[in-house]
Amino acid sequence: MKFPISTLTVLATISSVLWAQAPKGDAKNGQKLFENYGCYQCHGHVGQGGAGARIAPKPIPWAAFSRYVRQPADQMPPYTAKVVPDRELADIYAYLETIPAPPPAKSVPLLNNQ
Amino acid sequence: MAKSRTNSVGRRGFLKGAAAGAAAMVANVPEAVAQQPQPARGAPVPSAGAIAAETGDVSTHVEVLTADHPGSDYMVDVLKSLGFEYIAANPGSSFRALHESLINYGGNKSPELLTCCHEESSVAMADGYAKVEGRPMAVMAHSTVGLQHASMAIYNAYAGRVPVFILLGNTIDAAARRPGVEWYHSAQDAAAMVRDYTKWDDLPISLTHFGESAVRAYKFAMTPPGGPVVIVADSDLQETPVPDKTKLHVPKLTPASPPAGDPVAVAQVAKMLVAAENPVIMADRAIRSEAGWKLLVELAETLQAPVVSGKFPTQHPLSQGGGRLVANADVILGLEVPDLWGTINNYRDQLERSSRSLIKPGTKVVSISAEDLFMKSNYQDFQRYTEVDVAIAADAEATLPSLVEACKRLITADRRRALDDRGKKLAAAHAQGLEQARTQATYAWDASPISTARLAAELWDVVKGKDWAMVGGGGSRLWNIDTHYRIMGGGGAAGVGYGAPASVGGALAHRKHGRLCVAIQNDGDLMYAPGVLWTAAHHKIPLLSVMHNNRAYHQEVMHIQRMANRHQRGITNAAIGTTITDPNIDYATVARGLGVHGEGPISNPNDLGPALRRALATVEKGEPALVDVVTQPR
Repeated sequence: MKFPISTLTVLATISSVLWAQAPKGDAKNGQKLFENYGCYQCHGHVGQGGAGARIAPKPIPWAAFSRYVRQPADQMPPYTAKVVPDRELADIYAYLETIPAPPPAKSVPLLNNQ
Repeated sequence: MAKSRTNSVGRRGFLKGAAAGAAAMVANVPEAVAQQPQPARGAPVPSAGAIAAETGDVSTHVEVLTADHPGSDYMVDVLKSLGFEYIAANPGSSFRALHESLINYGGNKSPELLTCCHEESSVAMADGYAKVEGRPMAVMAHSTVGLQHASMAIYNAYAGRVPVFILLGNTIDAAARRPGVEWYHSAQDAAAMVRDYTKWDDLPISLTHFGESAVRAYKFAMTPPGGPVVIVADSDLQETPVPDKTKLHVPKLTPASPPAGDPVAVAQVAKMLVAAENPVIMADRAIRSEAGWKLLVELAETLQAPVVSGKFPTQHPLSQGGGRLVANADVILGLEVPDLWGTINNYRDQLERSSRSLIKPGTKVVSISAEDLFMKSNYQDFQRYTEVDVAIAADAEATLPSLVEACKRLITADRRRALDDRGKKLAAAHAQGLEQARTQATYAWDASPISTARLAAELWDVVKGKDWAMVGGGGSRLWNIDTHYRIMGGGGAAGVGYGAPASVGGALAHRKHGRLCVAIQNDGDLMYAPGVLWTAAHHKIPLLSVMHNNRAYHQEVMHIQRMANRHQRGITNAAIGTTITDPNIDYATVARGLGVHGEGPISNPNDLGPALRRALATVEKGEPALVDVVTQPR
């Protein structure tokens, strides 16, 4: 059976979105894992970045996040499922999603005193 | 007590007939008698040798036991002629005569002796001092144990091309050495240990030789590329009296003008730069003076070209981040860039190491560097070979005047308009970059441990409006670095333990100008030789040290994480051997114990500003202070 291209595209998009949705994680456990697994060493205790990139607030979509952790494109060491199982990775992601946005730069006097 | 040097006395021949004395009489006492056991308690009973010395026949000879003009006085004359302000040392018997001549004959002035607790501190202080002052500090050390302590700091200075003038106490004449320690503290080729990472060394065997070699060494140390030099000050030369001072001459120092680029090559580079659509300037180590700072600004403004590294005003619209600009560049001008390959290539540290170019095919790369004039082979500080299109073997700062003029001559009115248009776009990008830096600083603003961005912002609030200088670590892009001496730079070879002593040396150089010196002090670095805090207190060197206390050798934590991940063993053990916890070190207490005002540990960001201001009050009174800030890893 043949489908029109537009139908295929829609199905693929729906499939991609479903697959890309983050599994429900335990943010509290994720915070603990974020510390125990040393994620903070490069990304900071609240994901603000440091030696590694900023990853919170508003982390990149789950699909890209989980793919990068397993197969990093640049300098980040790979965290395989043997080291961080999928369930725990979902918990870490859930923690990153809970990190609140910072105050606007204009509202911080110390950042506007040059 | 003067040494009995019968052989050297005979060798020099001016104390004839005066060598036999009490020491010789003691030496003649039979060993079995001399080693009689002492009573366990009470006043010691004089030995048989001592009794014999006191009661034996009185010699008709009068032994010469004093000297009016030791060779070390002449050495001080030479050091004074070279204009040293300071000489740093942990005291050592192999240079005891020079030490005494410095403080008495020399009046402990120009140079003034700095008491150091470790030779690594002495040399690293001299390194920091030279970066600020533009000329070397002298250092004294034992030729063996002292130099061994100093060697890492010497390597840092070598890799950083920093002039440091090192004097080694040593006794080359084996027959003139006291038994025991003086042998351990002597070497037949003392400088051999550091020859691979010093620019020049010598072992003078006469005072005239010493004078000429000291002046030559100073000149070499200062001629770009600079570097540490070593002169062995033989103890016999130091301690033997000078028979006729009038026969000694202090040689004149004539500094060599730094090598400037060949005019033809400079004209070629100017043509490339003026024609370039997207030139980028990297000025890593190029600037060492106010004049150089102004010339770099003039070059950038003439070309309306971005400067992505090195000393350049941070608030200038042409001050830019590298990244995208480097990727789009058609001409890259590298001025004293020690790792040019590493700036135009990405190197991926995974199981299979790989690299990729960060620049477009066809991008022209120009290097102007004195590195091409001097290189040694063993230590690999010269980095990977870089393929460039034009290489000018010359000092970049000395070449800037001719390069600026050559560029100006080539710019037509039409070209000027095009360059100015480029400048406007860069100015907009600069403003955008500052806004991004502000926004980035807001992340983790209220976090504990304290973010490094918050630390930098709080510290800037303390120094802004003052004549400040950063003598350790960097501030942030938001700091207004508006003159060349605001930033000192780091250790040349990334040897940990450099930061604390270098900051003290840098602050010492700034002291006479009344500048407020601040340093971001890493915890692991301080623990190598924290005694330098005492040196700062003792010599009243005002310095505000602010701890970046992440309680770890953080770089190494990340390396172990990388290995553990690569081996799929989990990373929960990465803290073993890499962190500085259990117990946490109380650096404020350490500082107070060494005579330095201490604040902290501070984990709440809201407590940081007040602590910095309390510490500042001490620093402004002319003393050092330390604020221990518990920070995020980076």
